[in-house]
Amino acid sequence: MATGVQRAVNPVSVRGLSRRFGDRTVLSDLDLDIEPGQFVALLGASGCGKSTLLRILADLDHDVTGEVTVARRRAVGFQAPRLLPWRKVWRNVVMGLPGRPDRARAEAALEEVGLSHRSDVWPKVLSGGEAQRAALARALVREPDLLLLDEPFSALDALTRITARGLVDELWQRHGCAVLLVTHDVEEALVLADRVLVMDGGRIAHDAPVDLDRPREVTDPDFQHLRAELLGRLGVH
Amino acid sequence: MTTTSERARAQAPPAVETLRTVRERGPDRVPRWLVKTASPVVLVALWQVLSSTGLLPRDVLASPATVLTTAADMWAEGTVQSAVGVSLLRVVAGIAIGLVTAVVLATLSGLFRRGEDVIDAPVQMLRTVPVIGLIPLLIIWFGIGEEPKIVLIALAVTFPLYMNLFGGIRNVDATLVEAARTLGLGWFGQVRHVILPSAMPQFLVGLRYSLGTAWLALVFGETINATSGIGYEMNTAREFFQTDVIVVCLALYALLGLLGDGIVRLLERGFLSWRPAFSGR
Repeated sequence: MATGVQRAVNPVSVRGLSRRFGDRTVLSDLDLDIEPGQFVALLGASGCGKSTLLRILADLDHDVTGEVTVARRRAVGFQAPRLLPWRKVWRNVVMGLPGRPDRARAEAALEEVGLSHRSDVWPKVLSGGEAQRAALARALVREPDLLLLDEPFSALDALTRITARGLVDELWQRHGCAVLLVTHDVEEALVLADRVLVMDGGRIAHDAPVDLDRPREVTDPDFQHLRAELLGRLGVH
Repeated sequence: MTTTSERARAQAPPAVETLRTVRERGPDRVPRWLVKTASPVVLVALWQVLSSTGLLPRDVLASPATVLTTAADMWAEGTVQSAVGVSLLRVVAGIAIGLVTAVVLATLSGLFRRGEDVIDAPVQMLRTVPVIGLIPLLIIWFGIGEEPKIVLIALAVTFPLYMNLFGGIRNVDATLVEAARTLGLGWFGQVRHVILPSAMPQFLVGLRYSLGTAWLALVFGETINATSGIGYEMNTAREFFQTDVIVVCLALYALLGLLGDGIVRLLERGFLSWRPAFSGR
């Protein structure tokens, strides 16, 4: 997978993807396309394979069959920040970029997430929300065409989560990259995404655009209608 | 339906206690450093009293005062300096050899499964052999010069270091390695930025432990056959019942051990300042 440079139009193009763990088939003959700049939320019950799909797109899991094409410039945000504790925050941000560690570039990225004052500290002194923002800066400094986010807000407290959600929205509008957000939070999906996918039985069982004006209001009747519909598809009534 | 207040009135009032707060405790009457220094001082004073009253004969253990004068004499003659120099050289050479061996072996077997298959089993087997028990063989192989002593120390250092570095490498958080991969770090970058820094704390634990075993090996090596060094001075003193010289030599060993420990502590402070670990109350 991801071998050879192709002039693919879409940052994500998946055909007939299957993944088995022993006897259990987690993904079966899955197709998915994501257009440039599109914000896609991927919902599904726990264990339905959403994280597996994201890991495959992140090139972390190769034991698959099918055809997977993803943007070369991609970045991943995990559930935990996964910062290297033995590197200062700014060094974490530019880790893996070619050339010498560029502090100015790191600080510009940290500035975007409101963390420029924390650039020269050890990750251990960051709060949970700050660490997750630093991880976001680390992803965006790579100027990705595709940003893969695996439940990035789920470990944050309710208030921090709302702020972080707003930040992701703002950064996405500015950078214009395609985003695939794996989440189990229907409201979060509807606030952020252009398009919502629901996974079930190893495939994309439901694929619908979110035609709501931005910024979105949770209290909007259309929002609540969509929310109820999605919860129904997820088996919650 | 009962209201909350009715229910509360029906029950007996709960027993309460006022919790101690920091302020109430007040400062300790005797400063802690004083208590800490007082107990060894008292022990030495007791030792001096026993010697002065003749309860502790000189042949058994010289008095602290005698030990101090002897130390001053040995320093003036240059015995201390030359003995320490010789012993230190042995330890440094042994540690250097052991360190390189352990780092090479543990890195190979820690990073590569093939390396583990080839290296780990023989190392684990050799580890069970008590190093001190190898002295007769080492003498047969290397004679009675400097080599057997240095090899003995090198062996004593290699095993604890290998164990700790190997364990450290294998305990690396796989999620961090994964994150590094998504950042575009290649294998070399993952080793340099994730695996080795992550193994560092345990490596330093191994280093500290192996410094201890290095001194132990030195003492054994020097007391069995030597013509110079701290152990040699101690052995010569034994033949003449010079307990004061023996105590001076023991103190020298202790000081050198302390020095080694101090060096590792400094390394830990330098390398591990990133750690969010519990550092005691």
